[in-house]
Amino acid sequence: MHPAKSVIFFTTTTGAGYGLLFWLGILAYRGLLAADFIFGLVAFGIAFSLVVAGLLSSTMHLGHPERAWRALSQWRSSWLSREGVLAIITFIPTGLFALSWVVLGQNTGAVALLGLVGGLMSLLTVFSTSMIYASLKAIPAWSCRWTPWVYLVLSLMSGALLASVLSAMDGIWAAVDWLILPTLFFVGSALVLKLSYWSAIDRGQESNAQTATGLGEFGEVKLIESPHDQPNFLLKEMGFVIARKHSKKLRRIVVLFGFLLPFVLVAGVWFSADSGRYLLLISIPSAAIGLMVERWLFFAEAKHVVTLYYDK
Amino acid sequence: MTCLPQNPPTKKLGLVIDLDICVGCHACAVNCKEWNSSGKMAPLTDMDPYGAKPDGVWFNRVHTFEAVEPKTGVSRTVHFPKSCLHCDDAPCVTVCPTGASYKREEDGIVLVNTDTCIGCKLCSWACPYGAREYDEDEGVMKKCTLCVDKIYNKNLPEESRVPACVSTCPTGARSFGDLGDPTSEVSKLVAARGGYALMPEQGTNPVNRYLPPRPKQIGSKQLGKDVAPRMLEHQDDSTDGAGLLARWVDKILTA
Repeated sequence: MHPAKSVIFFTTTTGAGYGLLFWLGILAYRGLLAADFIFGLVAFGIAFSLVVAGLLSSTMHLGHPERAWRALSQWRSSWLSREGVLAIITFIPTGLFALSWVVLGQNTGAVALLGLVGGLMSLLTVFSTSMIYASLKAIPAWSCRWTPWVYLVLSLMSGALLASVLSAMDGIWAAVDWLILPTLFFVGSALVLKLSYWSAIDRGQESNAQTATGLGEFGEVKLIESPHDQPNFLLKEMGFVIARKHSKKLRRIVVLFGFLLPFVLVAGVWFSADSGRYLLLISIPSAAIGLMVERWLFFAEAKHVVTLYYDK
Repeated sequence: MTCLPQNPPTKKLGLVIDLDICVGCHACAVNCKEWNSSGKMAPLTDMDPYGAKPDGVWFNRVHTFEAVEPKTGVSRTVHFPKSCLHCDDAPCVTVCPTGASYKREEDGIVLVNTDTCIGCKLCSWACPYGAREYDEDEGVMKKCTLCVDKIYNKNLPEESRVPACVSTCPTGARSFGDLGDPTSEVSKLVAARGGYALMPEQGTNPVNRYLPPRPKQIGSKQLGKDVAPRMLEHQDDSTDGAGLLARWVDKILTA
């Protein structure tokens, strides 16, 4: 599949933003974060910027962005529509939570509960994003059962990293101490999930040129003449082949920058809180690079079954 | 509404494509483009049509495959036209977030309302067969309409009320009809020839059917060899169309 920059940006940034909102809700609920004005402004500013920028970027690849509102109508059947509806509804609890925190200086009791609800709805939104891809049977690498888990855990991981860094930079050690274990857990699970995902998609797929053409009974089927001598829409959109050549190297980059380095840096805080927190800062650009490459591969490595008609 | 029709269509209009007959002339693809360039889905935009990398919207594409029997090396060339299969469980319809994509209850035809399409391309990702075509110029998705503006058109003589690809096929490799009715001509044809659906494992339940190439013929019995009959072995006794002199000579020599 063609890895459109707008969609890579959309899925990674909204994932991180929603993940951060989830952890802010949890931390407030557990009473580990006071409703500090500056901290709230920075944390919610980052979370909402990531979410809003991602959602806006997702409308950029539309042929008619001005008609985007129509996408909210078909939630009965379409995961894309459900994602849009959930993204908007989620702004209500998360927005109220942020306002109470920043404006009223209040994040306990009912407000904390609001934060918790907002956090769960954030995860639901990430889940529906993943289902847009996981529901497409024509792309076996996406309809793989690991896809929703990968999206959810990567969102929780990137959100936890952001929450850890923010708490550490502000010197809120109670929150940092509490966050270390879940952060390590989600970075570790993300690595395991991604490795499982890669080994699952490497195992091949059900459809082949024989079932695509129905000519299997006559032997091995191969294309001898393409319908057009230049790439058409289908090949440009669905027949992306550049990544496969480099997929091994790129997967190593994902593992190193996305998971191993952040894991070591988070664990480092455990041993040395004061100097560790500056090193922890590096985990953000490192994870960003890792996850962008991960998402790029998610698209570029996915083979659409229509390519079977084109010998790709 | 992008849910599939609540009452599944009993009438299922579709195409039956005979892979034994198709010669790969691309006339179906060309006439499809011709009719639809001024029909419901018009225009079928071409990008850079006279340049180095021409591209454009086509609802019908003809592939040519070779199937090689691995043990014997016997090969078979199959021309393979492909257009929308108007699936019973069309995944392109249910993924549509706007309701622009829909399947008609009355005849099962899958259509796009280009006035409400936002051009998210998700339907083209959902279709395993590559039936959806994005119009980059208009920013909307387009697709085969089964010539909905032709098959019901009372201004046309009845024999012309078939999709453009069917009426133009010079070899009669394409048939059009109601595949939901087991007594229709197309359903009988499918039953007689073992017509099949493409990629049944995708669970889309396509309406269109493909007829497999017939078994290879044994060749000339006179020669007793496994070769195709040659024109020279064929005797033509008629003198139709021959000139006066030729017919006179033929008469003398035949006597």
